[in-house]
Amino acid sequence: MAAVTADNAVKRRLPFPIEFYRSAIGKKYVMAATGMGLVLFALAHMVGNLKMYLGAAEFDHYAHFLRELLVPILPRTVTLWLLRLGLIACFVLHTHCAYSLTMMNRRARTVDYQSKRDYLAANFASRSMRWTGIIFTLFLFWHLADLTWGVKGIRGGGDTWKRGFAYYNLTSSLGRPIVAVLYIVANIALGVHLFHGAWSFFQSVGWNNPRFNAWRKKFAIGLSAVIVLGNLSFPILRQFGVTKPSKAPIEYTPNGS
Amino acid sequence: MTATMNRPLGEPGASRPKPVHVSKTINLTLKVWRQKGPKDTGRFETYKAEGISEDMSFLEMLDVINERLLAENKEPITFDHDCREGICGSCSLMINGIPHGPETATATCQLHMRKFHDGQEVVVEPFRATSFPIVKDLMVDRSAFDRIVEAGGYITVFPGSAPDANLIPVPKPVADAAFIAAACIGCGACVAACPNGAANLFTAAKIGHMNLLPQGQAERYARTEAMVDTMEKFFGSCTNHGECQEACPKEISIDYIALMNKDYLRSKLKNRRYLSRKP
Repeated sequence: MAAVTADNAVKRRLPFPIEFYRSAIGKKYVMAATGMGLVLFALAHMVGNLKMYLGAAEFDHYAHFLRELLVPILPRTVTLWLLRLGLIACFVLHTHCAYSLTMMNRRARTVDYQSKRDYLAANFASRSMRWTGIIFTLFLFWHLADLTWGVKGIRGGGDTWKRGFAYYNLTSSLGRPIVAVLYIVANIALGVHLFHGAWSFFQSVGWNNPRFNAWRKKFAIGLSAVIVLGNLSFPILRQFGVTKPSKAPIEYTPNGS
Repeated sequence: MTATMNRPLGEPGASRPKPVHVSKTINLTLKVWRQKGPKDTGRFETYKAEGISEDMSFLEMLDVINERLLAENKEPITFDHDCREGICGSCSLMINGIPHGPETATATCQLHMRKFHDGQEVVVEPFRATSFPIVKDLMVDRSAFDRIVEAGGYITVFPGSAPDANLIPVPKPVADAAFIAAACIGCGACVAACPNGAANLFTAAKIGHMNLLPQGQAERYARTEAMVDTMEKFFGSCTNHGECQEACPKEISIDYIALMNKDYLRSKLKNRRYLSRKP
């Protein structure tokens, strides 16, 4: 009786996470998990930015609070940096999986169909994942250069840009029409990416049950719609003058200091 | 057919039955991929397919074209076929950009010419994937699928006398789910349809078929690991387009891929086989 034996059963096995990551299905799990991590950040980021509608003081208060997360337990900005490192890890792994699987897929069909394909199920979102991902990544670095790093020539507010003046920097940046267009394009790319990604998550991690399968697509539509509509409101309402920059940068001073 | 139809039915003097159905004929323009061998670059060649009966299957239409080509002393078109009743998985073909043509839940052998209209241009191409190399014209070598099945697409049983029927209870919904997966004929339409050239639906069907049943439990995780690892040597990866389940002539759902993914994670976590082994 020759029982089924895995190819690598006799060989020495690598530690579980490495061996799992080496397989394409393992990479899809990583892609799903890191993607969900990035989505949760995108959702929190959007909700946090809604503070913009409460005015400069509230917004800056929130921005400074993020640096002081868990402050009596951990020193200032440590929690924020831990979250950032997690986010960077998610981003790097997500991108590496995408690259590695794309290369695998190219090898799987070196000679393409010579006649026109007629796709029945694959939609624009599922077929443009790598492009919407690249578009949004480019925007992401521009966005960091504009508001986090304050790179000269990119940042809003010009010479009056100052680190820590979150509301002033943001509203002066969004006041530029070309920036508003950039935000709109990038967020549409994000929405298209999330629409396929959020549904795909369930399939990749094997969460498939007739009881909730019908909700998976609805969840994907709902999640991407909430994030994208929230994000789009910032540049659009700024362009229509609903949010206005403060005349001069306001220094935020935490209570009692 | 003719012998019984020509015999008068019923009482003497009853009228002879008229021919039941006179099939309409259509004229098509075929663009067929011709390739002399694996090394040849290949090209599309155009053929006039005139006077094709609507009652023919797509393969019978190709038979007619081939007879005409042979009469002209030309090389006939090579294509895979066997049972011609949709259960063997031999036939293939990309017909107008869709594996097995435009009809859902239908293999090429059961695709009737009445699904095409008079004067239509029909483009016929072989299935394409690196692990499905073209042998000649429309014939591809799908033996990579055999490698996947060899890796674990079976159960190990003691070859004694036949066990009593229903000795092992199988719940009805489980039997049904396993049966749906077992309907896979291994034609390769899922790979052909997949923009990534992935064989996840085929492998998931073969795994799901056995992993659902009690008889398949003993080797469940070893099977999943071995078959998936073998699959990944040959094919691309799944990005959840869902194109495979649309192309599948047996309408197997991508739900089985989710099941396979779940079992694959478990297979990598389980290490029962390694307990008590010296390092």
